[in-house]
Amino acid sequence: MNILRTAALAFCALSTTAIAQTDPENWDAVTAAANGQTVYWNAWGGSTQTNDFIAWVGERVSEDYGVTLEHVKLSDTADAVSRVLAEKSAGQNEDGAIDMIWINGANFAAMKDADLLFGPFAESLPNWALVDAQGKSVQSDFTVPTDGMESPWAMAQVVFIHDTADLAAPLGSMEAILEWSSANPGRFTFPQPPDFLGTTFLKQALIDLLDDTTVLSAPVGDNYDEVTAPLWDFMDALTPTLWRQGKAYPQTGPRQLQLIADNEVDLAISFSPGEASAAIANFQLPDTARTFVLDKGTLGNASFVAIPYNSGSSEGAMVVANFLMSAEAQTRAQNPDILGYGTVLNMDALSTDERAAFDALDLGVATLSPAELGTALPEPHPSWATRLADDWAARYGVAQ
Amino acid sequence: MRRGISIRWLPLLTVLAMLGPVVAGLLGTIAPAFGYLPAANMTEWTVAPFVDLFRWGGFPHAVMLSVTTGFLATSLSLLITVLIIAGWHGTRAFNVIRCLLSPLLSVPHAAAAFGIAFLITPSGWVARAFSPWLTGWERPPDVLIVQDHWGLAMVVGLVAKEVPFLLLMSLAALGQVNAKSSATIAAALGYGRVTGWLKTVFPRVYAQIRLPVYVVLAYSMSTVDVAIVLGPNTPPTLSVQIVKWMSDPDLAMRLEAAAAALVQLLLVIGSLILWRGGEIVVGILGAKWVMRGTRSFGDNALRIVGLGAGVLVCTGVLLGLVSLGVWSVAGLWSYPDVLPDSLSVRSWSRHWGNIFDTGITTLLIALCATFIAVLLTLGCLEAECRFDFTMSERGVFLLYLPLMVPQTAFLPGLQTLMLSAGLKSGFVPVVLAHLVFVLPYVFLSLSDPFRAWDVRFGTIAAALGRSANGVLWRVRLPMLLAPVLTAVAVGFAASVGQYLPTLLVGGGRLPTLTTEAVALAAGGDRRAIGVYGLAQTVAAILPFAAALLLPQIIWRNRRGLSDA
Repeated sequence: MNILRTAALAFCALSTTAIAQTDPENWDAVTAAANGQTVYWNAWGGSTQTNDFIAWVGERVSEDYGVTLEHVKLSDTADAVSRVLAEKSAGQNEDGAIDMIWINGANFAAMKDADLLFGPFAESLPNWALVDAQGKSVQSDFTVPTDGMESPWAMAQVVFIHDTADLAAPLGSMEAILEWSSANPGRFTFPQPPDFLGTTFLKQALIDLLDDTTVLSAPVGDNYDEVTAPLWDFMDALTPTLWRQGKAYPQTGPRQLQLIADNEVDLAISFSPGEASAAIANFQLPDTARTFVLDKGTLGNASFVAIPYNSGSSEGAMVVANFLMSAEAQTRAQNPDILGYGTVLNMDALSTDERAAFDALDLGVATLSPAELGTALPEPHPSWATRLADDWAARYGVAQ
Repeated sequence: MRRGISIRWLPLLTVLAMLGPVVAGLLGTIAPAFGYLPAANMTEWTVAPFVDLFRWGGFPHAVMLSVTTGFLATSLSLLITVLIIAGWHGTRAFNVIRCLLSPLLSVPHAAAAFGIAFLITPSGWVARAFSPWLTGWERPPDVLIVQDHWGLAMVVGLVAKEVPFLLLMSLAALGQVNAKSSATIAAALGYGRVTGWLKTVFPRVYAQIRLPVYVVLAYSMSTVDVAIVLGPNTPPTLSVQIVKWMSDPDLAMRLEAAAAALVQLLLVIGSLILWRGGEIVVGILGAKWVMRGTRSFGDNALRIVGLGAGVLVCTGVLLGLVSLGVWSVAGLWSYPDVLPDSLSVRSWSRHWGNIFDTGITTLLIALCATFIAVLLTLGCLEAECRFDFTMSERGVFLLYLPLMVPQTAFLPGLQTLMLSAGLKSGFVPVVLAHLVFVLPYVFLSLSDPFRAWDVRFGTIAAALGRSANGVLWRVRLPMLLAPVLTAVAVGFAASVGQYLPTLLVGGGRLPTLTTEAVALAAGGDRRAIGVYGLAQTVAAILPFAAALLLPQIIWRNRRGLSDA
């Protein structure tokens, strides 16, 4: 990484349109260089709520720092990874098309591995001081250390959305979900792996079915078959009871909301505790929707932003990353009418006013309180997600 | 004379603009298919990507899906087109269908697919209209219609879009084969309407629309946007799987994608050869049938089937569009309500700013690509008539070639290539990539009227002292205003609908209405899809309206031109 950066910097110094990547420690220099830059933020564009939030971030950083933010809407975050890779292979080591990516998990691991990222920068940003680095898993991403190469901006935790008109009581475990689905065939489905939410369902099921989950924090080894056997027994029983008998799946998370609104299913998985409340406000879910977590707890992780190594506006991107960790942006993101995302901030590090703004939020009719959500379970090592998704695709993704 | 020399090179330049990117992209695909991808530190030549591909459990079904949906969609589209023309050409019903043709044709594939998906899904509009009062479905039935295993929903979506295309192409061909007198003679000899048309006119029409049929076959086999909305996913078609592999975070999958892209190319080539073989067989059988002298062959039934299919196609696309419109202003709208609980302009006000921005980008790209395409086309056609070039069969084939090569086979390679050539992603490369697809349509639309122009007007103008350029600018082009504008509209529609070229070559930095619509489709928010689908459709249809109205306004004082 260092050699590459040195090479990139040397190359920049030589070229006429010199793009110096300012040292993140020197924040004044960063904001000065950021003024007038355009930041192309590649972020999944499938959710109107997120899109609106990003547009608002754009207005704010433009007012405060003179940074123009362009949201490049992706249908799959991996598209951005491909893009940076294509640029590297073509030798375009400066001013690439992407300045910032909403990223986590396997995509982050792949980019970090291939030296495609700028940094470390995250822990040098001024607002890092507000982040709850002790209590929230913001320094490791699916067990991979972030090493300051990505900066956190939202906490997510698995919840299940249920339509109480058809499924009144929460289901406490994966076994209970199987039992209910067998009694009510065709009323449950999940996004098709390798969609991250679908893969999350597999991981969540595996964790819930295992007695001892410590093996999952290490990379997949020879123990794979043995560890996952209970999961495949469970899936073999569950799949025929799914919506369309498991012959078709929604391709993304939000598609499940439409299925609930169409009264095609009654239960869906979500990685955002506030999504159901926000969707009710937007007419995307009936007001009978509520959420629950499993008795043994559910998976949680952080959403990050990272900067590609060849961004020509890394200062602008750092300014945006820093703004995302501000109390102002975090309160807005947590507001269920806007996004309903969990905050990454440490309440004790905030001023009284800032804390009051968080306390004043009405989390929404379908959102669980932090106490009800409980402590989030840690993500398995990313190699598990990849193996589970591949294995699922081989078993159920190519039916017949 | 110097001008004359420069115009001489235009045909070559046009071929380069059209085929250069395709050939370059294909070459850029071959290397990774054999293991060579320096970006991912893979520099060893190997056939492992193909081995991996053949081992993928979904491979046989994905290949089969590409072939079956391609053949089924193409045969059905052709059959319906033929039945409509054979049974109804010259009638009032036919004129109604003809009026709907241009709007239907310019509805982008993605928008049409969204609309149809909402119509036919078990909780969709058709089911809601009859539930629960007739069907008893308090809840939508759990049956697989959209995304079915055999790709039938996808075939429906393709047929709805390809019938208008083939109809338009056939109408153009009808003028050249003296269809009316053949039909009259056949009728006088006692042949039924459909049988007579099939026996006397169809063989000549088919010879004219053979290449467009090939385009339909190649497109149906390799479409991505229609397959994403309506096609199966367990496994998906080969083209969708290629796009999925291309975007896999595991960079090694890029090799498998390249290998699959080559397989896709071979599949299309093989299927085109197979189709050609089928043509010969049908030709032989048809000749026997003609010789037998059968006067009628269930003519009335065939007429009704043709009309029914035509009506289904039109109403399917149009109702789908209406449903997009209703969703775009819907409040809560649950099954089994036929209409939303409440109406709201919130979706529009929410998306308006972005629609405006991306709409401007969409129009600018379309404008530039179309402008260049029209300029090159006119240059070629003018060179043709000044230097007595004639366009050979092979030349026509070249025109169709970019439309027959699957997009998934060459666009990824093109992306890498443009970058290594130092072309930054952005406006210019996207315009050039769109040009590949816009040029053929503009050329096909403009060449016939241009060639059909009565050269005696030019002779008279020359005799009055006008130069060759004077004749072109002051006589020929003004007289051809209507066809030129139609070609512009065709080019516009082709550009507006492009998804993969905009996404891959633009590096995502140039969001258009189409890329936004397909990205939103991933989210499944029907209100947002409705807003963008409609905006996309309007962007494609407006130029057609302009092409119809402008000549009438400009030439309102020239009786011979205003109804051209």
